[in-house]
Amino acid sequence: MTQRGVEGAHQGAHEHPAYQRHHFESVEQQFDATNFAMWLFLLTEVMFFGGLFTAYLILRNWYYPAFVEGSHQLNIGWGTANTAVLITSSFTLAMGVWCAQTRRKSGLVTFLILTFVLGMVFLGIKGIEYHEKWVKHHVPGFHYSEASFLNPASDPEIYKEYHDKALAPDMAAKTELYFFLYFAMTGMHALHMIVGISILVFMIFRAQAGAYTSGHVTFVENFGLYWHFVDIIWIFLFPLLYLISRHQ
Amino acid sequence: MSTNTIVLLPDQSTATIPKMNFLSKENGLLSWLLTGDHKRIATLYLISITFFFFIGGALAGLIRLELLTPQSDLVATDTYNKLFTMHGVIMVFLFLVPSVPATIGNFVIPMMVGAKDLALPKINLLSWYLYMGAGIMMIYTMAAGGVDTGWTFTTPLSTHYVNTHVITTGLCVFIAGFSSIFTGLNFIVTIHKMRCPGMTWFRLPLFVWSNYAASILMVLGTPVLAITLVLIILERTVGIGVFDPAKGGDPLLFQHLFWFYSHPAVYIMILPGMGVISEVVSTFSRKRVFGYTAVAFSSVAIAIFGFFVWAHHMFIMGISNYSALVFSLLTMLVAVPSAIKIFNWAFTLYKGSITFETPMLYSFGFMGLFTIGGMTGVFLGATGTDIHLTETYFIVAHFHFVMVGGMLMAFLSGIHFWWPKWTGRMYPEKLSQLAALITFIGFNFTFFPQFILGTLGMPRRYASYPPEFQVLNVFSTAGASILGVGYLLPILYLTWSLKYGEIAGSNPWQATGLEWQVQSPPLTENFPQIPIMDHEAYDYEWLERQKEKEVTSVG
Repeated sequence: MTQRGVEGAHQGAHEHPAYQRHHFESVEQQFDATNFAMWLFLLTEVMFFGGLFTAYLILRNWYYPAFVEGSHQLNIGWGTANTAVLITSSFTLAMGVWCAQTRRKSGLVTFLILTFVLGMVFLGIKGIEYHEKWVKHHVPGFHYSEASFLNPASDPEIYKEYHDKALAPDMAAKTELYFFLYFAMTGMHALHMIVGISILVFMIFRAQAGAYTSGHVTFVENFGLYWHFVDIIWIFLFPLLYLISRHQ
Repeated sequence: MSTNTIVLLPDQSTATIPKMNFLSKENGLLSWLLTGDHKRIATLYLISITFFFFIGGALAGLIRLELLTPQSDLVATDTYNKLFTMHGVIMVFLFLVPSVPATIGNFVIPMMVGAKDLALPKINLLSWYLYMGAGIMMIYTMAAGGVDTGWTFTTPLSTHYVNTHVITTGLCVFIAGFSSIFTGLNFIVTIHKMRCPGMTWFRLPLFVWSNYAASILMVLGTPVLAITLVLIILERTVGIGVFDPAKGGDPLLFQHLFWFYSHPAVYIMILPGMGVISEVVSTFSRKRVFGYTAVAFSSVAIAIFGFFVWAHHMFIMGISNYSALVFSLLTMLVAVPSAIKIFNWAFTLYKGSITFETPMLYSFGFMGLFTIGGMTGVFLGATGTDIHLTETYFIVAHFHFVMVGGMLMAFLSGIHFWWPKWTGRMYPEKLSQLAALITFIGFNFTFFPQFILGTLGMPRRYASYPPEFQVLNVFSTAGASILGVGYLLPILYLTWSLKYGEIAGSNPWQATGLEWQVQSPPLTENFPQIPIMDHEAYDYEWLERQKEKEVTSVG
């Protein structure tokens, strides 16, 4: 404060854009720092999901037949559709970031809304899939039923397609672990989607008020990183959960 | 050339508390609760962790009182289980992990790198609120009846066999974990992106290096603990079975995931303490830290090795002989960077002009006790002796030597060292030297007998023990009461010094760090102008030249 009058090596306070926080020396430093922080945060997310992936890999190695037949219960159509939806949403968000950088307000709002819609579609499809599991008593911990694995013929829809052999009772019991991992991993992913969608809603309102299109795009860019990261998690979840040995 | 901040210093002998500083700038509760200033957040942290240290310490006192006699007579065995569990959880997650980084680190790191604040002030404040949320949840757990799983939450005990408040404790640790992730993340970003002109990596004070290494551990390790606790909570509520052998899960998987965080957590606790020792030893022997680069890289080496030794907590838990062998070897490797530090501090002392102010006394305590703690760790890292010693009082003594004898000594050393900078006032020197001595004596009385108890075979975590162990336990309890006095004294005289302490001036220790070249207490924005670093760290000749210049420009 005492040195305000002195014009130092850096530009005077009045030349700073309004969005530059007081403790940064320059806008570039501010962008660098927050961007780097976001990458670090994503690294912690990798470690967070890493625990689940570890559990998945170990249990899948131990109980491979149960995981195969559990996987056959997932609806590959919905899963593929959801993968497409999510990748498209990453594209629309990337377009949104581009619009923010090139200061196109209406473009930004449109792309954010599109991303929001696609995110909701993803969650909707996920909801349909969860409901299917609920109906078939494949939700672990809630009246879980092993009937489809002890006697595959009792589940004609799946049987028709895969002709699964009946699992021994102790192996059939392990399908509950598969479904737990399915719900834990996709659930944790969906939780991240919900957080992302909430932030999107906030951003849509701010973008309509003209934020992000006056040169300060850090927030949109960092959110983009988060969204793409959540997308990438799904890219790993999809083959691990849906595509275990579809042709056996 | 150099910064001009130094010529603005008030003269040491006629020093006054500057009217404008970070404490006086704004008043009122809200100015503290909504602050973005790293020094104020550090102050909030200091008050809160002292409070939880006090609770954890009181629980420790009860534990030692119970162990005064062989029978379980002061408290019932169930209560005893809750006492040591909550002592562990509070001390590890609410005191040791945030102790040096969130208080001292928060306070000095931005100043050490020449920045006005941490890179993300709001995230910093959020981390304190998360910490408080965890603290409140802990207090709720205690009020509601406590938890008795041991601080390790070992399955299947924590998931199937106890009916205490595992879920709220798990949430408490989960939230505290995010608080430490955000602190670590903030430090890494600040150290990478906020250094002032001229502040190269190898001009950073070693305190910054060691906190950087600890931050890497926080950022990479803590999320794994978070997901593990989520799984424990789900196991208890829904019965998911990942850790339940009856459903095909694996209880050992829990231990792998838990120790993947909790072993590095040991280094999260000790590394920032080692940074304090580097600063203090250099300042009070008036010498550059011997082998600066080696000490800097040894911090990073400890952080990296720390990730590859976790299974040494599980030698008797049923891991294979081969992995026990590999993990035992890797464990021995950690001794190398730790020894580099100890030897380099010793060489820093060699031919230095040593003075024995309180921070230095605590540092000497650290070096001796940490060395003993580390050496006994070798007994536990060697698979053969570990089978005999694990789950006995030997292990209790070992980690208390490292955590209490090491980290707590370093914390107190650092608090005394930076107290003049923080408050602008000195602590009473003679009294605090006495406190350091009492702490050292009390500590050895408390924990040395436990090594002997452990080798004799007294198991940990029991409220009662065979009568032949009583003499050593009485020693230990007597030591704990001396130790209690040793901790109470600083709380009292430091509070006293807030009002009545001698005025410190900006650089009472004649130390070289950038934080000592500004007024005490510092301005809210730390530096009137961003400094330019034009000398190496611990350059006492530079400081002498600055002094000469100061005299000429004042005169």
